[in-house]
Amino acid sequence: MALENPLFEFLLRQGDNALVLGHRTSEWCGVAPILEEDIALANMALDLIGQTQMWLGYAGEVEGTGRSADDLAYLRDVYDFRNLLMLEVPNGDFGRTQMRQFLFDAFQVPWLTRLQDSRDTRIAEIAAKCVKEALYHLERSSQTVIALGDGTEDSNARMAEALTFLWPYSGEMFVDDATDQAMADAGVALLPSELRGPWLETVKAVAAEACLTLPDSDYAQKGGRTGFRHTEHLGHMLAVMQTLQRSYPGATW
Amino acid sequence: MAVTEAEVWDWLENVPDPEIPVISVVDLGVIRGVDVRNDSVTVTITPTYSGCPAMAVIALDIETELSRNGIDNLDIQTRIAPAWTTDWLSPKGRARLEEFGIAPPQPAGGPERCPHCKSEQVEKISQFGSTPCKAQWRCMDCLEPFDYFKCI
Repeated sequence: MALENPLFEFLLRQGDNALVLGHRTSEWCGVAPILEEDIALANMALDLIGQTQMWLGYAGEVEGTGRSADDLAYLRDVYDFRNLLMLEVPNGDFGRTQMRQFLFDAFQVPWLTRLQDSRDTRIAEIAAKCVKEALYHLERSSQTVIALGDGTEDSNARMAEALTFLWPYSGEMFVDDATDQAMADAGVALLPSELRGPWLETVKAVAAEACLTLPDSDYAQKGGRTGFRHTEHLGHMLAVMQTLQRSYPGATW
Repeated sequence: MAVTEAEVWDWLENVPDPEIPVISVVDLGVIRGVDVRNDSVTVTITPTYSGCPAMAVIALDIETELSRNGIDNLDIQTRIAPAWTTDWLSPKGRARLEEFGIAPPQPAGGPERCPHCKSEQVEKISQFGSTPCKAQWRCMDCLEPFDYFKCI
């Protein structure tokens, strides 16, 4: 099947990952375990929403029908989203939120680092901006995973549980499809599968320090980034995130 | 009356960072260019953090300040590359930050000293603070918590 607009599809994947994780992270605002973490999570959410504006802004231009970043964020429904399933599942406890952030950051840092060499200069520029923030996020999420994993019996057990829960979702990051191949052929991006090795190295090193054992399975839940199938949770998340535009279409302030 | 680029830079010195008002947007290093053509002015700004809500206010404040000086034909361009870095903070801006109680960024990744008592015995409380550009630290001598302007 010929791809209609692989660059648009690719940009939606980048933007939707940042948007969905940004929104999920923002759900901690006001309810995080301590004030410093509350502030940290809100700031990380802000970084991610800012990154979303750049990716979806460019996606809208590439699509060429006049849709803005806001239109793409607020006026699409579940099946039009192209984010990883791992990012849309509910936050769970604080430990699981941190584990998810870490598993994503460990991918995002080498991914954005390599995208800085994209033949598409706009993508290279956005990646150069985002990678600075991603590096800071990775530093924080890996330290938090280690602190909680190598913490108390309770925190270690919760981190082990978080890893077991999230592991089957992590594989989706590395499953190449026709869009990825088209981007690789055009020199726009590398194949995500190329990063599985480096990602695993990072995850293994942090897990060892965090006194955690990686699950012995490479089964991958997938369908989010291709749009084939999302979890039931994304619809609920969008209902909250998009409520204003659904209730008052076109509202601005 | 013809306006010069130097005049526009001077006016921009009067626009404070909305969240850290002791430094100007010029000190912050977000103004990357001023271009005057006939009676129209183009100001190019580079955002600090992708999602920093201050950027919208900065653009509005620039417009207000330049309009006060008779510039009605203003175009504000946003440029993301090269990405903003704390290397662009001016020496004056760095000194003002410290006077205000915010430790300026250091390549080593942490504050050089407590901005209050100047002790070098400091520890990190959190990697994030009251704005995306700051982290929270604490002085182990005077025990005061303080903001550290993150180095990126």
